[in-house]
Amino acid sequence: MELNVLWFILIAVLYIGYFVLEGFDFGVGILLPFLGKTDLKRRVMINTIGPHWDGNEVWLLTAGGATFAAFPQWYATLFSGFYLPLFLMLIALIVRGVAFEFRGKDDNPRWRALWDGCIFFGSLIPALLWGVAFTNFVKGVPIDANMMYTGGFWNLLNPFALLGGVVAVLAFTLHGAIFLTLKTEEEISTPARKIANRLWIPLMLALLAYTVALYLTTDVLNKLGWNPGVVPVFTVITFLVTGWFLRQKRDGWSFVFMAVSIAMAVITIFRILFPSVLVSSIDPAYSLTIYNSSSSDYTLSVMSKIALFFVPIVLAYQGWTYWVFRKRVRSNPQELHY
Amino acid sequence: MDVVTLSQIQFAVTTIYHFFFVPLTLGLAVLVAIMETFYVRTNNEMYKRMTKFWGKLFLINFAMGVVTGIVQEFQFGMNWSEYSRFVGDVFGAPLAIEALLAFFLESTFLGFWIFSWERVSKRLHLAAIWLVAIGSSLSALWILIANSFMQQPAGFTIENGRAVMTSFAALIQNPNVWVQFPHVIFSGFTTAAFFVMGISAYHLLRGKTDVFKRSFQIAAVFGSISILLVILVGHSQAQHMVQTQPMKMAAAEALWDTADPASLSIFTITNQETGETPVDLRIPKVLSLLSYNRLSGRVMGMNDLQAEYEQKYGAGNYIPSIFINYWAFRIMVGVGFLMFAIAAYAIFNVLKNKPDGKFKFLGLFPFFIVLPYLSNSTGWVLTEMGRQPWVVYGLLKTKDAFSPNLTPGMVLTSLIGFTLVYGLLLVADVYLLAKYAKAGVEPAQEKARRSTDEEAYWE
Repeated sequence: MELNVLWFILIAVLYIGYFVLEGFDFGVGILLPFLGKTDLKRRVMINTIGPHWDGNEVWLLTAGGATFAAFPQWYATLFSGFYLPLFLMLIALIVRGVAFEFRGKDDNPRWRALWDGCIFFGSLIPALLWGVAFTNFVKGVPIDANMMYTGGFWNLLNPFALLGGVVAVLAFTLHGAIFLTLKTEEEISTPARKIANRLWIPLMLALLAYTVALYLTTDVLNKLGWNPGVVPVFTVITFLVTGWFLRQKRDGWSFVFMAVSIAMAVITIFRILFPSVLVSSIDPAYSLTIYNSSSSDYTLSVMSKIALFFVPIVLAYQGWTYWVFRKRVRSNPQELHY
Repeated sequence: MDVVTLSQIQFAVTTIYHFFFVPLTLGLAVLVAIMETFYVRTNNEMYKRMTKFWGKLFLINFAMGVVTGIVQEFQFGMNWSEYSRFVGDVFGAPLAIEALLAFFLESTFLGFWIFSWERVSKRLHLAAIWLVAIGSSLSALWILIANSFMQQPAGFTIENGRAVMTSFAALIQNPNVWVQFPHVIFSGFTTAAFFVMGISAYHLLRGKTDVFKRSFQIAAVFGSISILLVILVGHSQAQHMVQTQPMKMAAAEALWDTADPASLSIFTITNQETGETPVDLRIPKVLSLLSYNRLSGRVMGMNDLQAEYEQKYGAGNYIPSIFINYWAFRIMVGVGFLMFAIAAYAIFNVLKNKPDGKFKFLGLFPFFIVLPYLSNSTGWVLTEMGRQPWVVYGLLKTKDAFSPNLTPGMVLTSLIGFTLVYGLLLVADVYLLAKYAKAGVEPAQEKARRSTDEEAYWE
C-alpha cells in the first residue's frame, strides 16, 4: 500500500479511537448535571471514567502528532486556520482535565460546583466543536493557492457546521448514557437508560437533517451515488440496532453497536474526504490532499514502522486496563471506601 | 504589537508555565516509584503511607502538566504554521512518537495506578508507577530530540525550501540531545528532591517524624546525586554550546570582542544598542577554562560573530537580547550551585541521623522549593532566547515562522485567555498542593472516618 494512504488510514484510526473512547467520557461529563443530582452520584459518574479519560485524550494528542509528522501541511493549515475554535477547545479541555483531578480534593460545595461546571462545559464545548470541525472538513473551507486558510472565525460556525455540532453532542451524550448504564448501579443506570432511549430519536432526526444538509450543500452524496458502499449503510444499520438493543435493555450490546456506529461515521467522513484532507471552497484545485500535504517517503516509512509496531502494544495495554476496571462503580458510600 | 511578537509572548507564557509542572512530574514519578519499591520489598506500612502522601501531590501536579501539554502540541500549527511547514517532515516525527510511546504509557498506567491500590497485586501496582516514571522520561527524551533539531539541525537536507529528513538515526544521535536530555532529566529529579525535602522539613519541624524523616533522607540522597549530575552535564552542555551556538554563549557572557584567553563575567552592564559597557567585572582566563578545560582558547565575541553571520546568512541583526541571556545564565548557574551547597548540607545532616530529624536551618527548606523552579525557567529562557533570531538555528528565522493568516486581535485574544485561565489554575493548584502538603499523611488506622469518602476512592 502507498504510504500516504496508509497514514491517512492511521490518522482515521486515531480519530476513531478518540471519538469512540473520549466520546463516552464527553457524554458522561455532559450528563453530569442531569444525572448527578447529588454529590455522591456525581462522584460515582466521574469515577466511571476516572481511570480512563486521560488515556482517551492521548488519542487526540497522537492524532495531532501523527498529522504533524505525516502531513505537515495539513497540520499547519488546519491548526492555524481553525485558530479560535481550537483555542476554545483547548481551554475547555484544560479546565475539564484539571477539574477531574481537583474537584474531589476540597469539601467546599462551591469549589465542587465550580469544577462540576468545568466538567460540563469542558465536555460540551469540545463535543460541539468536533462536530463543527468535521462538518467543515467535508463542506470545504476557504483555502487559497498557498494552502492558507482565508476565512474568519464565523465562517466556521455556519448553520450546517452547527448542525454537525448538534449531532456530535447528541451522539456523544447518548454514548455516555449507554456507558453509564454499564458502569453504574440502578440508581444511575436506570435514569441513564431512560435518557439514552429519549436521546435516540432526536439523534436519528438530527442525522437525517444532516444528511439532507449534506445533499444540499455539497456534492458528496452525488459522488457516493445510489450505492454508497458498505460503510455508510453499515453506519445506519448499526445505529438502528443500537436503538433496538436499548429498548431491549441489553446495555452491553447497545454500547458495542453505538461504538461501532461512531467508528463507522468517522470512516464515512474520511471516505468522503479521500484523498483530500482539507477541501478548498474557493477552488477544488487548492484542496490539500494526502499527496500535496505529506511528508517525504523516507519520513513516512520510518514512522510507519514505528506506528505498526507500537499501536498494537498501546491497544493491548489500554484494553487491558478497561478489563481490570470492568466492574460497575458502586454508589454505596461504604463501598467507595478503600 | 504584531502577530510574531504576540505569538512569541504566548509561546513563552504557555511553555514556561507548562515547564513549571513537568520537572516535578519527571522527578516525583521516580521518587514515588522508589518509595513504593521500598514498600513492596519491606512490607512496611509506613512506606505505603509515604507513597500515598507524595502520590497525591504528584497527581495534583501531573494533571496540570498534562492539560498544559495539549497546548504545546497544538500551538506549533496554530501560531507557527510556516515553521510547521518548514520542519514538519523532521520535527513532527519525534512529536508523534512522544505521544505514541510516552503519553499513552504514562496516562494509561497512572489512571491504573490511582484506582488499583487494592485491586491488583502489589508488584503489579508497583510496576504501574515505574511505567509512569519511564513514560515521563521517554516523553522528555522525544520532545528534546525535537528541540535539539531547533538547536543543532541534524539528519536533514533542504528540498524545495523545506527541511526533509534524511536520517532518523542522525536525528536521534544529535549530540545536542545527549547533553540536553540528561541535563533536563536530572533537573527534574532535583526539583522533586527539593520539593520533597521542603515539605518534609515543614512536618519535621512540627514533630511529625513518622513518614517525613525517611522522606527527607531519600530526597536528600536523590537530590544531591541529581544536582551534581546537573552541574557536570551542564558544564559539557556549555562547552557544546561554545562549539555549536557561539553567539548564545557570547550573549550570555556579554562578550563583545573575541578573546583568547577569554574572561568570565562577574558583573557586566552593557548597552545592546551602542555596545557601551560601563561596568565590566571579569575574571581573566576562566571562560576559556570553562570552554576548553584549559587556560587558553579562543571564545568568539558578538562583534565578530555578527560580521561572520552577515556574510554567511545576509544582512540582519544576529545578536539576541544580551540582558535576558546574561541574567538567565547567571540565575540558572548561580541557583544551581546554591542548590548543590544546600543538598550537600542536607546530606551532611542526614548522615548525623538525629532521632527527630531536625537540624539547624531546616526551617529554610520549605522556601528552597522555589529554587529549582527559578533555574528550570531561566534555563529554558537561555536555551530559547539565546537562539534568536533563529527558530531553527541557521535555517529559519523566527520572524519567518509565524502563521500569516492570523491577526493580532486573534493572538491577543488567545494570549489573554491562556494567561487568565493559567493564572487562575495556578492559584487553585498552589492552594491544593499547600493544603495537602500541610495536611500530612493520613493516620494509619482510620481510613473509614469521613462521611462521604469519595476522596479515598479517588486516591
